Amino acid sequence: MSHIKLELKPEQVAKIKEICKSFNNDPGELINVLHKTQETFGYLPAEVQEVVAVELNISVAKVYGVVTFYSFFTMIPKGKHPISICTGTACYVRGAEKVLDEFKRILNVKVGETTPDGKFSLNCLRCVGACGLAPVVLIGEKVYGRVSPDGVKNIIKEYEE
Amino acid sequence: MHLLICGGTGCKASSSDAIAEKLKLELAANTLQDEVQVILTGCFGFCEKGPIVKVLPDNTFYIQVTPEDAAEIVKEHVVKGRKVERLLYVDPTKKTTIEDSKHMGFYRKQMRIALRNCGFINPENIDEYIAREGYQALGKVLTEYNPQQTIDIIKKSGLRGRGGGGFPTGLKWEIASKNPADQKYVVCNADEGDPGAFMDRSILEGDPHSVLEAMAICGYCIGASKGLIYIRAEYPLAIKRLKVAIDQAREYGLLGNNIFGTEFSFDIELRYGAGAFVCGEETALIHSMEGLRGESSNKPPYPAQSGYLGKPTNVNNVETFANVPPIILKGADWYFSIGTEKSKGTKVFALAGKINNVGLIEVPMGITLREVIFEIGGGIKNGKRFKAVQTGGPSGGCLTEKHLDTPIDFDNLVAAGSMMGSGGMIVMDEDDCMVSVAKFYLDFTVEESCGKCSPCRIGNKRLYELLDRITKGEGTMEDLERLRNLSQVIKDTSLCGLGQTSPNPVLSTLDNFYDEYVAHVVDKKCPSGQCKSLMKYIIDPEACVGCTACARNCPVNAISGERKKPHEINQSICIKCGACMDKCKFDAISIK
Repeated sequence: MSHIKLELKPEQVAKIKEICKSFNNDPGELINVLHKTQETFGYLPAEVQEVVAVELNISVAKVYGVVTFYSFFTMIPKGKHPISICTGTACYVRGAEKVLDEFKRILNVKVGETTPDGKFSLNCLRCVGACGLAPVVLIGEKVYGRVSPDGVKNIIKEYEE
Repeated sequence: MHLLICGGTGCKASSSDAIAEKLKLELAANTLQDEVQVILTGCFGFCEKGPIVKVLPDNTFYIQVTPEDAAEIVKEHVVKGRKVERLLYVDPTKKTTIEDSKHMGFYRKQMRIALRNCGFINPENIDEYIAREGYQALGKVLTEYNPQQTIDIIKKSGLRGRGGGGFPTGLKWEIASKNPADQKYVVCNADEGDPGAFMDRSILEGDPHSVLEAMAICGYCIGASKGLIYIRAEYPLAIKRLKVAIDQAREYGLLGNNIFGTEFSFDIELRYGAGAFVCGEETALIHSMEGLRGESSNKPPYPAQSGYLGKPTNVNNVETFANVPPIILKGADWYFSIGTEKSKGTKVFALAGKINNVGLIEVPMGITLREVIFEIGGGIKNGKRFKAVQTGGPSGGCLTEKHLDTPIDFDNLVAAGSMMGSGGMIVMDEDDCMVSVAKFYLDFTVEESCGKCSPCRIGNKRLYELLDRITKGEGTMEDLERLRNLSQVIKDTSLCGLGQTSPNPVLSTLDNFYDEYVAHVVDKKCPSGQCKSLMKYIIDPEACVGCTACARNCPVNAISGERKKPHEINQSICIKCGACMDKCKFDAISIK
């Protein structure tokens, strides 16, 4: 197909093709391909999905359907420090909602959004399984346990320089 | 002497890696590195007081250890043989220090079968698993039994699926074994999506080989040479340990071609989930493994007839598999003797919420909720009153005080309006609003519904809207009736397990906490003070001295009044953040 808008740099397209090839361009491996691609690009914009669709010889709609179905995949770039609030039940009954509200208030973003400076993005996730530490907040790979609304300010401060 | 350190996700988040490193350094400084081994194990279960360090052979149990404590543990305990008193566990009721884990209320009533190796072995070392009878069950099956004999053992043991449905495992294997095909698949469902449940993760992190061994046994029984583990991408540590385990098993010839010199060949691959609760349902899971959206499909055909890539597929949950090797080694009669009439063996529960001992426990079926919550769990946090326990995750229901003495098993929980589910157990206290809890679960279901069938896609959304109205004080008594009717319709007409069980939180709270719903609807009040829209902050004019602290701190300027005169809150502007109440030094502000 020749109608792809090449907003992607040629080396980026080559990278996606390489990923698809490593899974033998097998449409059954779509989810693994997307995992790998998101790992590389940080997110899955429409242009990337189009390349994947062409490589695996499936429709773009199908790729888009899978990307939007699973919460792990995102079409919006994440912030430099992605913040994830666990809203699993254990965290919920120990006050995760109030912690989330405080993050929203201080960063002035909604869930799923990224701050205009690209520093922080805010997301919810369901249970990381560290229920003993509830409520739990993840920033990047770092886990913060027993977070209180009052403690939110200090956590954010750690990342603001 | 051994020093065991919990290397589960929870304790790792509290720097258990650093503790292990520090201990090794301290041991080396005392030239004891060859005498004392430091081992990072799987989860001990006692997550509330993590990170845990356990000393063998005397079973000393140190809690909330920090890297700074390492020197003292080595200097006092290892070198001088004196226990570090301040790190020992203190029984919260008797206020006495308990030196070893065997005497802790948390462990006393537990019986560990699926978790037998968690917290004892280094999960990244296959030799330690083999030293604890690992892969003996597979060897025994391959050399002594034919597939049907093995299936008969599992059938006789009474083992039922631990993922939620409770279908007899042996029967499931038998059905898959009787469908002829050139290729069959064994799938391990490790897509633990229930919020608040982490038993599968702990087994995979603490004892991955037990699952691999059981999958191979299942492959032998049904005639499959390929196994797939469908695991959440959110569990990086479990994925890493599985990969290590699979490589080691291949290296030892316990996976691959001609295992134990027999004709049987079996290998295992990982498949990653991408965050969809519905993929816990087996047909949705299979679609997801095929690279499709995780939508469920009509049964029959069952996966045992036509599953992954159209081939007969047997799907079992992680915990189910972990039970298989001990059953083979100790016999069906042994397993059958544990538990209740129709639910045999043990069950792993993830205790969480407002409970003193959050953690992972394994108990024999038939134990009562009271024993679990008050003896093992150590009662309710901060001395509050027990209100409800939610079992079975978003598909389960809320049980109350009157259910505390019901023996826990598959059938009793269903009869009480809840279900076993995968084993999440969330305890709630008097501060939790049950209408909000039901709304919380519906919010989850609405988000996680795959959207294929309309009762689930649209019905749950309408349920959520009704609950939302009620928590805002806009509900009517007709809404309560509507909730019940709609719930019943969704249960009866949904395609898969997700929709068929999603109204359970609504129905069970309606049954057990009807008064609380009525309070929201008729009195426009939330008895536990959780629903913001129904709360009102009021300034008591008698107590207010007019210091203006509240007015200055109100983020929306809802408070007015002259200096040194009583202030007032404009209810139409107030966002109920509570800042004024926090700032008032004269206790003049209260919630009504």
